[in-house]
Amino acid sequence: MSKLVSLTMAEARKGLAAKEFTAVELVDAHILQAEKARPLNAFVTETFEAARAQAAASDQRLAKGQAGAMEGLPIGMKDLFCTEGVRTTACSKILENFVPPYESTVSANLKKAGAVVLGKTALDEFAMGSSNMTSAFGAVENPWKRRSDPAARLVPGGSSGGSAAAVAARTVMGATGTDTGGSIRQPAAFCGITGIKPTYGRCSRWGVIAFASSLDQAGPMARTVRDCAIMLGAMAGHDPKDSTSAPVAVPDFEAALSGDVRGLKVGIPREYRPDGLSDEVQALWDKGIALLKAAGATPVEISLPHTKYALPTYYIVAPAECSSNLARYDGLRYGRRVDGKSLDEMYAKSRAAGFGSEVRRRILIGTYVLSAGYYDAYYAKAQKVRRLIAEDFTKAFQTVDVILTPTAPSAAFGIGETDDNPVTMWLNDVFTIPTSLAGLPGLSLPAGLSADGLPLGLQLIGRPFDEETVLRVADVMEKAVGFDAVPAFVEG
Amino acid sequence: MAYVIEGETGDWELVIGLEVHAQVTSNSKLFSGAATDFGAEPNTQVSLVDAAMPGMLPVINEKCVEQAVRTGLGLKARINLTSVFARKNYFYADLPQGYQISQFEFPIVGEGEVILDMPDGSSRTVGIERLHLEQDAGKSLHDQHPSKSFIDLNRAGVALMEIVSKPDMRSPEEAAAYVTKLRSILRYLGTCDGNMAEGSMRCDANVSVRKAGEPYRTRAEIKNVNSIRFLQQAIEYEARRQIDVYEEGGQVVQETRLWDSSKGETRSMRSKEQAHDYRYFPDPDLLPLVLEQAFVDHIKAGLPELPDEKKERFIKEYGLSTYDAGVLVAEQANADFFEAVARGRDPKLACNWVMGDFAAAQNRLGRSIEDPVVSAADLGGLVDLIADNTISGRIAKEVFELMVESGKPPALIVEEKGLKQVTDTGAIEAAIEAVLAANPDKVADYKGGKDKLFGFFVGQVMKSTGGKANPALVNDILKAKLA
Repeated sequence: MSKLVSLTMAEARKGLAAKEFTAVELVDAHILQAEKARPLNAFVTETFEAARAQAAASDQRLAKGQAGAMEGLPIGMKDLFCTEGVRTTACSKILENFVPPYESTVSANLKKAGAVVLGKTALDEFAMGSSNMTSAFGAVENPWKRRSDPAARLVPGGSSGGSAAAVAARTVMGATGTDTGGSIRQPAAFCGITGIKPTYGRCSRWGVIAFASSLDQAGPMARTVRDCAIMLGAMAGHDPKDSTSAPVAVPDFEAALSGDVRGLKVGIPREYRPDGLSDEVQALWDKGIALLKAAGATPVEISLPHTKYALPTYYIVAPAECSSNLARYDGLRYGRRVDGKSLDEMYAKSRAAGFGSEVRRRILIGTYVLSAGYYDAYYAKAQKVRRLIAEDFTKAFQTVDVILTPTAPSAAFGIGETDDNPVTMWLNDVFTIPTSLAGLPGLSLPAGLSADGLPLGLQLIGRPFDEETVLRVADVMEKAVGFDAVPAFVEG
Repeated sequence: MAYVIEGETGDWELVIGLEVHAQVTSNSKLFSGAATDFGAEPNTQVSLVDAAMPGMLPVINEKCVEQAVRTGLGLKARINLTSVFARKNYFYADLPQGYQISQFEFPIVGEGEVILDMPDGSSRTVGIERLHLEQDAGKSLHDQHPSKSFIDLNRAGVALMEIVSKPDMRSPEEAAAYVTKLRSILRYLGTCDGNMAEGSMRCDANVSVRKAGEPYRTRAEIKNVNSIRFLQQAIEYEARRQIDVYEEGGQVVQETRLWDSSKGETRSMRSKEQAHDYRYFPDPDLLPLVLEQAFVDHIKAGLPELPDEKKERFIKEYGLSTYDAGVLVAEQANADFFEAVARGRDPKLACNWVMGDFAAAQNRLGRSIEDPVVSAADLGGLVDLIADNTISGRIAKEVFELMVESGKPPALIVEEKGLKQVTDTGAIEAAIEAVLAANPDKVADYKGGKDKLFGFFVGQVMKSTGGKANPALVNDILKAKLA
């Protein structure tokens, strides 16, 4: 394994600037690693040739002193971002052969910054799932292994599991994710990397295949907090093509990493200690609190009283939006079509052939909660509860600057180990969903290993558009934790 | 007299509410930059958003919002500073998103009113319930291929204003007057061209019947009515159908019915049970639409004089009859033409000419007011020649026809043809004496009491002077000579 693939973006940036290696060498090393990592199934579509050409162009810009913020840095692109001329599937059969004639704003921003895209990374179908097992193109494997059972294939989490696995396996230095209820943070935790879901409206949704419009938000996944800061800076920005994109300036996120958290108040929500929270997750959380205290921050117990309603609220709002957002996949203009004797039959056959069971389940739930006679009981009520959950956070942030919680209730589980009850799977997002409903920035960073040698993550939640504080605290925690474990796949 | 339909069990009253879909006059669509020209090649005015490509997002067109507010102000309606776009979900081949972006709970415009000008000169007020903005669907073409349907998405996403009236109309004539007046207001405002043939204004009618004094009975919604004439026919047909149902002991069901203009009947399209469940919910891709009061005030300040105000002014300023004023203001261009003719002249004379010979010639030659048979300046010139006694009203009609034929100004025609009125009393006297001399028997009869012969003498004098003698002078002198 080339040493180049172990570099962080910040280090590689220095190396490129100092001409210690070229962008082509850097990208080639990662392509080699990605080829080795093919059994993980992290990529749906590889774009190695285009990447080499981009890297060569990066070298020219580097030579001319015109380097962008991510010049020559190899990344993965979640296959939910539409990429011009490159197949974009959302890991669904219904878009199996869809090649967009346009480029999403976020991916265009990254390319403009000089980032080199090695390929499209796998996800749960239409970003619906927490395991990557709902992808139409096969499960993705987590590069980490249990000490007790190295033969077991573990999930990378989801929905941005392909991105998380690709970053953890050192095939790319960073990757884009999208997060609707935890889809960046939970896989980041499962794969021992860092990922931040920024404030809703921070990154443009234009050209990102929609799951639940009021929740979907793009964000970076990388191996360090600094790399996340670098990449978020390149992705973010107001986009007039997205009416929900916030007209706010993009701060210098890297500059926020001052290393100083003295005097900051860190909220510890008592509702995040549900019965049955494992001792090791509890211990990890306690360790995080202790580290921040040692760094000069003050832990403050807070209450987020409507937390217990977050999961049911989410599973009304998100499916409702998804049922409508996915109506456009009707086999008429693009995507999979199965002919029928009538228009209705064509719809039914095309959608039955195109959508997997989890997507169908959520479309059915969403259609039901919006239907006449049920709207008030479900959707309207869920919207009210959603406001209450957001108000919980607003109140808490009157006294604290950031909130610390676990990211997920457990470490990565094995492919096929879960029972058939979909609700068990949905519980993975119990700690991440409230943040999504409130539209707040949330970051997960690796904070330790489970007894079985698997990474566990902690989550930091911030005020709206205050990713800077989140990143600053995360950076301090990262240094204090000193997480240096590497996945079994990388150890070789 | 209230309009009623006589049934076997007595008189029935009609209750009518109308939903008018008016295409907003704008260069681009409600949520995309695609063009909106009528009659373009199929699928040439379709953006990625209109085709509902994955990941595409709507962005509101401010011009369409402005037009909706302008229309609301023109209807004297409440403007809602906060309104919300909602998705109306249903599957159809010409609806790419699988939902129509519309407004549901919170429309941009609330209650307003339209004043109807009835043909008998009376007026009635019809309430407006609401006006909201929504996207149009595309068009399904079923006649292009033996077994396939084709889809044209040019219209998909074009902005419509749905204008919903209260159930305030009581006769087909009132419904017609409502659509006519609404169309006139929209055209004055420049917010919709009102072209029903091209589909830029479409109308659905909610019709029910009841006995006098009863609460509302079940209504049926009639769709596909694309002219005012058909609207009246459809309402009358539907009312009679419902009366027959009741009088035969049946019940009218709430349903959507389609007007078939070739058969002159409505037929059931879908019943309430089959009705779509549209699953309306606020569109999460769009923030609530929040307007500044200053934005509304600015639009209000730029509103043109609307038909009702103009009519009022024409009655007051020009002394026109309610009927004449109503006819003249229906189209702004007609009103402008009239004012150009009337300015500085006898307004009643101007009105008679604009609504009389001029309108008749326009109709006869199929001309629009933008391309008039004679210019307003020339018609005004003609009125001047009458007013200063250069020509008589009768000669003026002849001059007018020559103006239409030749395009020459009236003064030139009068000059060339020597049509100037004879006001020389000596010449008229001579002509009268010649006529009296030639008809001694008639003179004797007249003096013997046959008064009616006076007209004969006048006619003979006019004939001998080629119609140019001043009629008033002829009368006076003739009377004196015969006395």
